[in-house]
Amino acid sequence: MVKLIIRRLLFLIMVIWAASTIVFFIPRISVKNPVRERFATLARTGGFSPADMEKIIAAYNVKFGLDKPLLQQYGDYMASIARFDLGVSYNLYPKTVMALIMDSLPWTIVLLLVTTILSFVIGNLLGAIAAWPRAPQWARTIATPFILLQGVPPVLMGVLLLFFIGFKLKLAPLGGAYSTGVVPDWSSPAFIWDVVWHQILPGLALLLGSVGGWTLGMRGMGITIQGEDYVNFAEHKGLSAYTIFKDYYLRNALLPQVTGLALALGSVVSSAIVIESQFGLPGLGRILDAAIRSNDFLVIYGVVLFVTIAVAALMVGMEFIYPLLDPRIRNE
Amino acid sequence: MTTATLAQPEVIQPSRLTLVLRYMRRNKGLVIGTFILLLLVIFTIHGTLTADLKHAYPISVKSKQPPSWQFPLGTDFFGRDLYVAMVVGLKETAIIGVLAGALGTLIGVVLGFISAYFGGWLDLIIKGICQILTPIPALLIQVIIAGSLDKRDVTIYTMAFVVVLLAWMGPTLVIRSQVLTMKERQFVAVAKLSGMGDLGIIFSEILPNLLPFIAASFVNQVFYAVFASFYLAVLGLGPLREPLLGNTIWAAQAQSAFFNNWWWWPLAPALALVLILGSLALINMGMDELANPRIRRSE
Amino acid sequence: MPPVLQVNNLQVTYYTDAGRARALDGVNLTLNAGEKLGLVGESGSGKSTMALAMMRMIKPPGRIEGGQVIVDGTNLTALSESDMLKARLSKIAYIPQGAMNSLNPVIRIGTQMVDAIKAHDPGASRANIDERCKHALESVDLSAGVFKMYAHELSGGMKQRACIAISILLKPKVIIADEPTSALDVVTQRQVMETIDRVQKQIGAAVILIGHDMGLMAQFVDKVAVMYTGRLMELSTVREMFTEPKHPYAQALIRSLPNLENKGVFHGIPGMAPALLQLPGGCTFHPRCDQVMDICKLQRPQPITLPGGQILECHLYSEKA
Repeated sequence: MVKLIIRRLLFLIMVIWAASTIVFFIPRISVKNPVRERFATLARTGGFSPADMEKIIAAYNVKFGLDKPLLQQYGDYMASIARFDLGVSYNLYPKTVMALIMDSLPWTIVLLLVTTILSFVIGNLLGAIAAWPRAPQWARTIATPFILLQGVPPVLMGVLLLFFIGFKLKLAPLGGAYSTGVVPDWSSPAFIWDVVWHQILPGLALLLGSVGGWTLGMRGMGITIQGEDYVNFAEHKGLSAYTIFKDYYLRNALLPQVTGLALALGSVVSSAIVIESQFGLPGLGRILDAAIRSNDFLVIYGVVLFVTIAVAALMVGMEFIYPLLDPRIRNE
Repeated sequence: MTTATLAQPEVIQPSRLTLVLRYMRRNKGLVIGTFILLLLVIFTIHGTLTADLKHAYPISVKSKQPPSWQFPLGTDFFGRDLYVAMVVGLKETAIIGVLAGALGTLIGVVLGFISAYFGGWLDLIIKGICQILTPIPALLIQVIIAGSLDKRDVTIYTMAFVVVLLAWMGPTLVIRSQVLTMKERQFVAVAKLSGMGDLGIIFSEILPNLLPFIAASFVNQVFYAVFASFYLAVLGLGPLREPLLGNTIWAAQAQSAFFNNWWWWPLAPALALVLILGSLALINMGMDELANPRIRRSE
Repeated sequence: MPPVLQVNNLQVTYYTDAGRARALDGVNLTLNAGEKLGLVGESGSGKSTMALAMMRMIKPPGRIEGGQVIVDGTNLTALSESDMLKARLSKIAYIPQGAMNSLNPVIRIGTQMVDAIKAHDPGASRANIDERCKHALESVDLSAGVFKMYAHELSGGMKQRACIAISILLKPKVIIADEPTSALDVVTQRQVMETIDRVQKQIGAAVILIGHDMGLMAQFVDKVAVMYTGRLMELSTVREMFTEPKHPYAQALIRSLPNLENKGVFHGIPGMAPALLQLPGGCTFHPRCDQVMDICKLQRPQPITLPGGQILECHLYSEKA
């Protein structure tokens, strides 16, 4: 057991290292210097002389360590990661990256969690039914539109939903975390409902395209499980179709799908972040977007790193949950 | 004594055509998906041969025109003929998709194979790298890469490259696990016993059995490549001059097309994208059946 | 006493892409309570199809085309789907071949026993259910602790006996044991067979033992039925089958059994069993028969009952009926 934990921790560390390294080097390819970008924006509004600007930029470069050789910056960076210090945002100085992330995290988590869980439950159920020969024909075909919807990326879905349901039909809000002019009050149910109301379209944008993936996987799994001897024997026992579906078929087919849950969360994250920008939700998407445009290194690293670690940790965590669900693995 | 003709053995065999049609009826997904894809290919080829491709670029024709006889899909804010833009866009999307898809699958097959067949620490390294890279949100990284590149360096080929960079792990792991199962199965052992060299085994025994998985991986990779390139383009990170589907939608959003009532502008690329990805998904589902014989039923 | 099992002219056909295969072609047999019948035949002879057909578990592309299966007065083939569900396990039970995978791996053995009882007797009290399960486990010589275990914690023989325990929970009239001992070592085989014997006596059920191990048959059953290409070629008592088989196929089978006196001399049966899709006309065994006559190639023999009680499908005996 201890060996397993150690191995998994090692894996986690390797993932963090790989992610940090990749994320560290990529923005450096670009010529854009974040400090310069920031001042370029400022320069457009105010009147700075170019010579003065260069001096200020040079000073900030030294302050942020941007003038040091690349390898040294790398070393410094890795060291600070180990200390859980993600640094400060150049663009929004002096706000620390960690603070930025923490502010926006709850919104992203809620959106992700809800959509992923709903997608898992609905998708797998549809897939299980689609593969079950005794399910009524109409039930088996419900899965098809979802499978087709996989072809609509969440981004596109967002655009379409915004336009048709939000703009044309005026059935849902066009964006924002809550209605404009409303003062956030987490103790008021009305406010909470307003927030939920604003989450529906973005949630749908993420949900509709991802259900199909689960459905297909579950369908394939379901068909394999149906051929198993124990399902056969269950029929020989004269059990009702419902009992066989629930205890012999679903229980077994769902297990391998659970392993995919953590991974699914990871892949949805990218789409979720874009959806957030699209709908103006104050989640990780918004800060990442701004950071990319101004090449705010540390914020970019911070967000991507954070997301990577979260996903990797979830994957590892799943491995410990799995034995709870599958008695065959418990003894290891 | 009975007089009777020799009782014929009862063989009731359906004709070849009936068998093919029956299969098509059962595997509707595969048929429809391939059909749609074929339509798109024909559309693109026809367009490339008949239309003036320059019209896919800005300031070629009158702008902001709704669909009409002259401009079947309308024109956009910048003066592009959207019909021609679709043709070129589809062509380029296809290039990215097939290029990235083929490259990703190739890497997957080679690495997965080497990893499984030769085993040992080579296997550990390859498998390890794949597993470690998997939790990293590929799309985000691609966004960062694309965002860091100088605008002029972004072409459809760099996009394909960026996409493949973090997509090869999937096929590698799939092929690896398949080759591993095959290694354990009898026929490889038998081939080895009968003196076949490694190379012979690889090509005559293992590869034929891998084909369904390679094909499925390819379809998956193409799907992912189209998805990812669209994703990047719709964020404004694609080769902006090219009429890629994602680019068109990004431009449309930037100009608030829907709110300005230029509804046709984003609609065409949206439809095209849905058709491409949808048909690929259907084909994927259909191939699922080919690979998993238990799904097959007669009658 | 009317027979507890009566199969009349049972016909099962499989519609495949390559054609129609008659897996069962007019099979008749009768069993009385407490009798044990051994069903033997080569692969593809139809013995497993018999089991499935009696349980009405033939799935597409197969279909029961005709005939009846009457257990304890009830015609199973005429029952509605929901009534058939009730009849399974309560009137006719099935012990699967290869219990390795027949038990649900993710729920406990006990749960699998309880759900079988609940499906047929929803009103049964908790105490009653527990009692019945305990009793069933005892009958198959498994400790009460097995109730709480999972399938992977049991050995092959234990799993098979757990399946037997499940099959007798509702005291069925007919038990079909489909090759219950293949994949088991000889010691466990004996254990399992003794268990089946014991429980059968306890509840007075009729047993159909399907297999191709003639030695096992000899030790266990009262009657033996030989099947070939979906037809019942001969049915006689076990003693007669082994000492004086009448049908040429049965004779060839017995002859091919290894003999201590004739060590080293092996008799096979020339030729191979025909594919069900391309059956020879007339008597399907005629191409391999050493006593073949002209009529065998033209006409299928009708089943006849000999004075001694044997049932045969063979032209050699048509005058003696």
